[in-house]
Amino acid sequence: MALLEKRQHKHKLHREKVHKSTMTGGGSTAWILVFAVLFIAVAAGCANRFTAPGESEDTVQSDESKSIVVGFSQLGAESDWRSANTESMKSTFVEESGYTLIFEDGQQKQANQIMAIRTFIQQEVDYIVLAPVTETGWDTVLQEARDAEIPVIVVDRKVDVSDESLFTCWVGSDFELEAKKAAEWLNRYVTEQDIDPGDVHIVNIQGTLGASAQIGRTKGLEDAAVKNGWDLMVEVTGDFTQAKGKEVMASLLEQYDNINVVYCENDNEALGAIEAITMAGRSVGSDILNGKIMVISFDGVNEQALRYVREDKITCIAECNPLHGPRVQAIIELLEAGGTPDKFSYVEEEIFSANETISKLTVDGTEYEVTILK
Amino acid sequence: MSQTKKAPAPKAGQGNKFSNMTDTNLLLFITIVVFFVMYIGAILIQGKGFLKPQTFFNILNGNAALIIVSCGMSIVMITGGIDISVGGVTALVSMCCAVYLDFHNGNIFMSVLIALAIGLAFGVVQGFLVAYLDIQPFIVTLAGMFFARGMTTIVNTDPFNVQNEAFVALKDTRIIIPGLGSVNKLGKYVDAYIEIGVVAALIVVVVLFCMLRWSKLGRGFYAVGGNPQSALMLGINVRRTKFISHVLCGLLAGIGGFVYFMHVGSGSPSHAQGMEMNAIASSIIGGTLLTGGVGNLIGTFFGVLSLNTIQNIVSSAGLNDAWWTGITIAGMLCLFLVVQSVVMARKKLAIKAKS
Repeated sequence: MALLEKRQHKHKLHREKVHKSTMTGGGSTAWILVFAVLFIAVAAGCANRFTAPGESEDTVQSDESKSIVVGFSQLGAESDWRSANTESMKSTFVEESGYTLIFEDGQQKQANQIMAIRTFIQQEVDYIVLAPVTETGWDTVLQEARDAEIPVIVVDRKVDVSDESLFTCWVGSDFELEAKKAAEWLNRYVTEQDIDPGDVHIVNIQGTLGASAQIGRTKGLEDAAVKNGWDLMVEVTGDFTQAKGKEVMASLLEQYDNINVVYCENDNEALGAIEAITMAGRSVGSDILNGKIMVISFDGVNEQALRYVREDKITCIAECNPLHGPRVQAIIELLEAGGTPDKFSYVEEEIFSANETISKLTVDGTEYEVTILK
Repeated sequence: MSQTKKAPAPKAGQGNKFSNMTDTNLLLFITIVVFFVMYIGAILIQGKGFLKPQTFFNILNGNAALIIVSCGMSIVMITGGIDISVGGVTALVSMCCAVYLDFHNGNIFMSVLIALAIGLAFGVVQGFLVAYLDIQPFIVTLAGMFFARGMTTIVNTDPFNVQNEAFVALKDTRIIIPGLGSVNKLGKYVDAYIEIGVVAALIVVVVLFCMLRWSKLGRGFYAVGGNPQSALMLGINVRRTKFISHVLCGLLAGIGGFVYFMHVGSGSPSHAQGMEMNAIASSIIGGTLLTGGVGNLIGTFFGVLSLNTIQNIVSSAGLNDAWWTGITIAGMLCLFLVVQSVVMARKKLAIKAKS
């Protein structure tokens, strides 16, 4: 009982103290601040001491020199193509083949990607692989990577820098060629079905504005539309996503009732657009003379999209090969051996369709085989 | 009687060494300790990158804008409100400044004024609606967020990088921190640096910290957030205080927007997406109570750092999917909310015991 009373007394005293310090304020905060500053100083000092002597760092390095550290800044995970691309990198750069992969998801923000590259530089990775979200704005950070002499391999979308030596090389797809293939396929189809080019009413659901894929695919279509005399009615962005593709298509169907070709700049948008078309009571297919809406798409990664090709829901898909991992690995091996890779290299890509009448396309003097899916 | 009183007694005994602190200071103390434990843990476990001071400075460089915006958020939260328009305002400021500098060949001084004006305008309108028309701050600022995002797209749809020479020079200006550089693997010494935005952020934190602690207005924010009725009885103009808190938050969103713009150097409608949520999370981790009345800007500062240190740790640890970051942050928020409710429970006990 006495103990309890003692405790209660103590408790009371605390309360008075609490009350007091609420009134006076400042004191303890000042102490906390002093501690914080000390902490920072000590931490920074330690850090400096650890990094300063050359030998200690070397031993750390030699421990890990067996595996090549690759930092990969992916722009996000907006589409199936992107996921396949990420997966390709992850399955290529595994520990068994002598690599350590540090993966950073930029979540569609350039600021995140710049942050990621800076982190890679601080972590002293051996190679940086960058799949940039936009083309511009990379000069500063790539300069930092070059100062640290870390080779930067750009994949997929390109970077627009003042000095092209800021990155080692680029691997990716020729988006304009993809678009030319798709457009040429449409041209052949229109000619064979004896449709007046002026009756081809196209809407373009574009990708994320500013992305290389969007720029290349839009340009390919616009050029072909002028050349062949098609009616390219409107171009709206669908951000490479299924949800946006559906939303955009639904509103386009309300605005225009004569759409007969939908040109989607990736598969996800196409899937969304098909949903919207079906919901609006129209049907998709290559038979545009009988009121169907033809869907042309890109990528060819999504299983559902490929199945839709077989079912004639998507008429043709120009492939965009996401399997960059092996390509990048080959470049890293070449660099390790002291070689110089090509500045720009393209991955091989096909064109898929279920229509058997067109088996070959000629684009810019080169003949491409159409892969017929059954 | 003695049975009922037994329960709180040992609890108070446990909190012994902390009990001479106010709630604000206790929460601040916890935040700072957690940050340092996390950072030192990262140094010990992951080493390499975290050993270099530049890693820390990079966190500062990348988050200077978030620090400024979070300070505004904390102030509003201290008065018991919330402002979720800050991310949108940041994007709008970036876009307007980008368009002004690039398309209209403007100068930097004017672009700063534009940034401040936009922030101030949002603050004044939202503050008026919240304080004088008694509309829920969440709803008002939600509208503000949509409006700002919409306006950003109207100003310019496409993302683009600013080429204006004076601006690019300003953006690339680096303040070298002497003595904290490090030797990279090629044996080259690289200076540690911070960007101008970091200086701005530190000034904002210090100035506002002093304002909150020592000025009449600053104490007013706490009083209004703690209990508006009592504040009114104390002779504080509650409406005006709330209004000013929103104006300040808007203004800081403007400043933060410009600092953000200086960091990324481009205008884009997708800029600063989710920034308001990060600002709220940082404030909470920093010890600001959503219910108002408690909070500290130094805590907010460390809240931002903690949030980003954890992201850094997660990605360096090779837990490479984006959702890992999300989950760790969620875990951290939960932890801090629990700590906060414990602190609040302690306060309630103290009040009960007194009466």
